[in-house]
Amino acid sequence: MEVRRAARPYLLVVPALLLTCGILYPFGLGLYYTLFDFSAAKPQPDMVRLHNYGTLLTEDAFWNSAWVTVLYAVGAAAVETVLGVAVALLLHRSSPLGRVLEKVLILPLMIAPVIAAIMWKLMLQPSVGVVDHLLAPLGLGGVQWTDTPAGALLSSVAVDVWVYTPFVAVLALAGLRSLPASPFEAAAVDGAGRWYTFRRLTLPMLWPYVMVGVIFRFMDSLKVFDIIYALTEGGPGDSTMVLQIRAYLEAIRFQRYSFGISYTIVLWAVVYLAATVLVRRLGRVQRKAAEAT
Amino acid sequence: MDRHVHDRRRFLALTGALTASPLLSACGAGFGGGGEQGGGPAADDVTGPFDWKREKGTTVRALLNKHPYTDALIADLKSFTDRTGIEVRYDVFPEDSYFDKLTVDLSSGRASYDVFMLGAYMVWQYGPPGWLEDLGPWMRNSSATAAEWDHADFFPNLLQAGRWSLRAGAPLGRGGQYALPWGWETNVVAYNTEVFDRLGLRPAETFEELRELAGVIEEKAPRAGFDGMYGIAVRGSRSWATIHPGFMTMYARNGLRDFTVDGGRLVPAMNSPAAVAFTEDWARMVRRGGPPSWTSYTWYQCSSDLGAKKAGMLFDADTAAYFQAVKGASPASGRIAFHPGPKGPDGSLATNMWIWSLGMNARSRRKGAGWLFLQWATGKEHLRRAALDGDHIDPVRTSVGRDGAYRDKMRHLPGFLETFEAVAGQTKVQFTPQAQFFDATTSWAAALQEIYGGKDARSVLDGLADDLAPKVG
Repeated sequence: MEVRRAARPYLLVVPALLLTCGILYPFGLGLYYTLFDFSAAKPQPDMVRLHNYGTLLTEDAFWNSAWVTVLYAVGAAAVETVLGVAVALLLHRSSPLGRVLEKVLILPLMIAPVIAAIMWKLMLQPSVGVVDHLLAPLGLGGVQWTDTPAGALLSSVAVDVWVYTPFVAVLALAGLRSLPASPFEAAAVDGAGRWYTFRRLTLPMLWPYVMVGVIFRFMDSLKVFDIIYALTEGGPGDSTMVLQIRAYLEAIRFQRYSFGISYTIVLWAVVYLAATVLVRRLGRVQRKAAEAT
Repeated sequence: MDRHVHDRRRFLALTGALTASPLLSACGAGFGGGGEQGGGPAADDVTGPFDWKREKGTTVRALLNKHPYTDALIADLKSFTDRTGIEVRYDVFPEDSYFDKLTVDLSSGRASYDVFMLGAYMVWQYGPPGWLEDLGPWMRNSSATAAEWDHADFFPNLLQAGRWSLRAGAPLGRGGQYALPWGWETNVVAYNTEVFDRLGLRPAETFEELRELAGVIEEKAPRAGFDGMYGIAVRGSRSWATIHPGFMTMYARNGLRDFTVDGGRLVPAMNSPAAVAFTEDWARMVRRGGPPSWTSYTWYQCSSDLGAKKAGMLFDADTAAYFQAVKGASPASGRIAFHPGPKGPDGSLATNMWIWSLGMNARSRRKGAGWLFLQWATGKEHLRRAALDGDHIDPVRTSVGRDGAYRDKMRHLPGFLETFEAVAGQTKVQFTPQAQFFDATTSWAAALQEIYGGKDARSVLDGLADDLAPKVG
């Protein structure tokens, strides 16, 4: 009995330890490999220290990918946040229709993003896709959605928005339903208008939930691969070539393993920094919201 | 209490050290699967008279791509097992993920698969790291190879395509035999006879005529009752696969090269003045008469559009049209004809080829059984059966191509046999062999997309050449 009690702390730490090893080991190994010129052409590589990072940071291809990744992540996270909050506000007023819509709303979340991208790729086909059929009567048919650089990026963001807006909406709806009723009752008694109440009461109190949505969506969008790869493969040209796709092409298709991993390490650093900043910001927002209530 | 704290700290320190040890050991553990060159010594171990039953009781693992050729092989596998007593276990992956799976498996250094499908271009990627068995010693050993296998029966270009010295820029046909031809494709023009008859058109004999024809179909076909039809289906996705069929065929017929070899170094040549002019013309043809949403087009969409009467012509693999042309396969079946396509300015019908080949893992522990499988799969008997009973068309063996039953089977497709015979002798790999093939051609496809989008061809192709020069040189 005594032995079991003494062993309990050690046993409890084992799963966390295994998980940590499972994350740290490949990460450390990957980091180590970036210090070599390891590729299929050079299976017994030389140590090149930080040369891969130096090469990467001087390549136009890298900066193009970094720019596309940031554009995509900011665009997707911003639109999803605004739309998600708007949808949540609409659904917040309980009605039979609202309850049905709540259930319908999460359908995109139940589809694998890569499937959603393939589905949208078919729907966006000019002249045969359903989107073209719907827009043709308005004189907007024949648009080559993914054939131009701007169109391809916008289409990719739109698919991301279609898949993930429900996630933000569900989060915001949960937040709305957890807000205390008394401040709103007081505002109503004082004759405050809807817009004033939203701006001065709802939004400040809801902000921590919105921030959680922003953090999740921004982090995920920085790491996007499936949606863009299925929709455009990074084209036309390099217009949707985000960092993850570039890393995949370098490491797997072109078999420049060290160089490909360097891309993912840089991406990890960017995501880590962004996460740190946003989580700090979330802490401040939570404190402010607590003060407001 | 103190003792517990102390123990816990020591425990965590120890487990931390244990966690770190694999990482540290990895420093000396080497880098995955490269290094060792595959070679032929295993072939020399086979002595005595040839015997199909030599490896009876063995199981061979095969990695296969989902393809009608594969279907024909799987349907006939029992005859291999009956003949040899060897079981074949196989995994079939769709083409989208097939080569990633094969690349990862080979580079890992495991011998999960003994034999696999690959293309000639993959030899350039998998050969230099030593992942492929040199099949030359096996072919030359009469104890390991049946007399009836008859390597002289293969179309010569096909066997040469899998033979390479592993040196960038060196021509094919010399060095180790890293892949055996199993099924192939020539790149030709297939067209819808119904729209051609109604509009009074004839297949193009020059590239200029082809561009014109694509535009005429796009303009006139919808008014002639072919709703939504465009001129010509060609691939356009951001992938190496966009370059190698119609584009590379027409490029080669114009006498153009992807690289030149200068003092042993490869120099990109896709930005030569003639190449720039050709690329501009190709992009113009696609803009005027190509598929809508061209930048996402793979062989599958091109083939489907021909079958669905959305495309008036297809410039791609003959198989891509064949699978739509056979009876009942598509709305256009019975109305698809074949033509060698436009000639070059000097009358050239140089055509780029794709070969589905079979290769062996240099690390396989069952090479004897794997070689028997490769012999059987590329042998006359199976390939004739696959051509007659399955859809394994474009025979790699001259004996199957001459076979009366095969010719009777293919005769109902207008122009198929004549086209095949016109281009077969001039079909070969038109690219320069080099390990960075996939990077070069994927970037080339991206450049083509940019030119299609309206960017200046000269500056885009100069940029491509500048980017590729240090990688391949």
